[in-house]
Amino acid sequence: MNKKTTVNRWSTASLPYLFITPALLMIASFLFYPIANVFYYSFQTYNMSKPYYNGFAGLQNFVKVFTDDPMFYSSLWISVKWVFVQVCLQLVFGLLVALLLNQSFRVRWLFRTAAFLPWAISGVIASLIWSNMLNENIGIINHLLMAAGLIHNKIAWTANVHTVFGSVVIAEFWRGLPFFSITLLASLQTIPGELYESAKVDGAGRWKSFTHVTLPYLKNTIILTTLLRTAWEFNNIDLIFNLTGGGPAHATTTLTLYVAQLAVKSGDFGYGSAITVVTFCLLLIFSVVYLKISRFGKDDSQ
Amino acid sequence: MSKLRFVGERTLTLYVPLCVCTLFILFPIYWTLSTSLKRETDIYTAPFKLLPSPATFSNFAFAWESVGFSTFFKNSIIVASATVVCVLVISLLSGYALSRFSFKGKAAFMILLLCTQFIPAAMLIIPLFLIFKSMSLISSPLSLVITYTTIQLPFNTILMSGFIANVPIQLEEAAMIDGCSRFKSILYVVLPVLMPGIIAVGAFTFIGAWNEFLFALMFISNNAHFTIPVGLSFMQGEYKINYGASAAGSMIALLPTVLLFSYVQKYLVQGMSAGAVKG
Repeated sequence: MNKKTTVNRWSTASLPYLFITPALLMIASFLFYPIANVFYYSFQTYNMSKPYYNGFAGLQNFVKVFTDDPMFYSSLWISVKWVFVQVCLQLVFGLLVALLLNQSFRVRWLFRTAAFLPWAISGVIASLIWSNMLNENIGIINHLLMAAGLIHNKIAWTANVHTVFGSVVIAEFWRGLPFFSITLLASLQTIPGELYESAKVDGAGRWKSFTHVTLPYLKNTIILTTLLRTAWEFNNIDLIFNLTGGGPAHATTTLTLYVAQLAVKSGDFGYGSAITVVTFCLLLIFSVVYLKISRFGKDDSQ
Repeated sequence: MSKLRFVGERTLTLYVPLCVCTLFILFPIYWTLSTSLKRETDIYTAPFKLLPSPATFSNFAFAWESVGFSTFFKNSIIVASATVVCVLVISLLSGYALSRFSFKGKAAFMILLLCTQFIPAAMLIIPLFLIFKSMSLISSPLSLVITYTTIQLPFNTILMSGFIANVPIQLEEAAMIDGCSRFKSILYVVLPVLMPGIIAVGAFTFIGAWNEFLFALMFISNNAHFTIPVGLSFMQGEYKINYGASAAGSMIALLPTVLLFSYVQKYLVQGMSAGAVKG
């Protein structure tokens, strides 16, 4: 009898709330409260190096962002370029790898492990790996290109304004490829085989069944993953920070890197927060427009 | 004849692209390993030799002892393991609530979890720094454990609830009919069946915490508390010329995650299709 009441006590409606409380508390105090703070700081003069001037600043920070900061525009442009090139490359090649790995062949697990491996590698390590390969004097890339007769002089890939962007793009592409390979492969495996069979019966070739069965089925996954990836790549900092430090001549300073530099180097938290708020709003607008245009969820294929 | 054509087509459309991809992905890792085993002089005088000859472990010894990787390694293990424990406990609780109960506000909680995925980490640098400063936790590993746990919770809760949903509810009901309390039945019946999911979530969390750089760079100023990514980053600045040692450092940093990763990668695709990124 006694036992039964204990069971009952724990089966009451409060149990699920008890279970989600720790998660809620953590998210509220260390994600949502800090973000509310960012909005608060953005209206303040808050500089670690000039504490006497700190106080309410009204819209002053935001006016400065839009009218008096060429670095904002240049780093925004670099961020947009970075995200666009990165997400396109990763999506196209990730889909290709996923399609390859979705076929059955011997030792598939070996190829899968290899293809997913960079997922386990941090941006810092990736930057070390690629700075070794891209090095002007000892890097193997210069060596290979010269041996193939494609270039005649050694190129300082990460120190040259013309090649530095391409260099970081390749390094991040290498590391970011598995994200799409993994998620798209997971999605491919949920496509029922009958769909392909009936497409075959209807006389669809390989390309037709790809565009009429595979792609529509993957649509929602692709929309969601590209959106997530856009946000992540926009905020990506460890690879660029370590490979180029944003240079040369700010050629690889993305908006995120610019904010981090503002906060760390000059301790200008108020202005840094204002840029963060602007960035956040831009990402939000982009996400809403993107979801509207792509008609996310308004597809009956899934 | 048609068999031959099939083999030819298969080679062209499957094996050739597969090998090109694999080469592109594996070669940089191989090259770093090879660099880490070369003598300093060989890196400069004969930099393009594919195999290190003679191979030496002096770069590893230098990174481990002189640069301080023994300390960084220990710090990273502590931070990552503590994060794994916190994330596992909390995500088990909330994942269980999500997959086993229907309650008011469940949909709102799910949306909340999804929303967090769009919060840029960069947005958190400044306020979290100030919060931890007011708590005197700057340069303490605890600040990292708290940050990593919070950031990793939402995604892993969703993942975990997917894994729990796959455990037949009848198992629990049977145990409870036999007189087990709910907690006992979770502990002795659900957890053992859930092991693959727990391993997967734990491994992803570990890899994430092990690799995190931005917050570790911001919060940790004392090099006795550096984690591996921060140590590597400073090495790149300080020992820019020493490619052998930094390659050795990379290999040391890679080892745990790559081992873990090759072990759990088979759960990865399953876990993803269990509901996380299905859309």
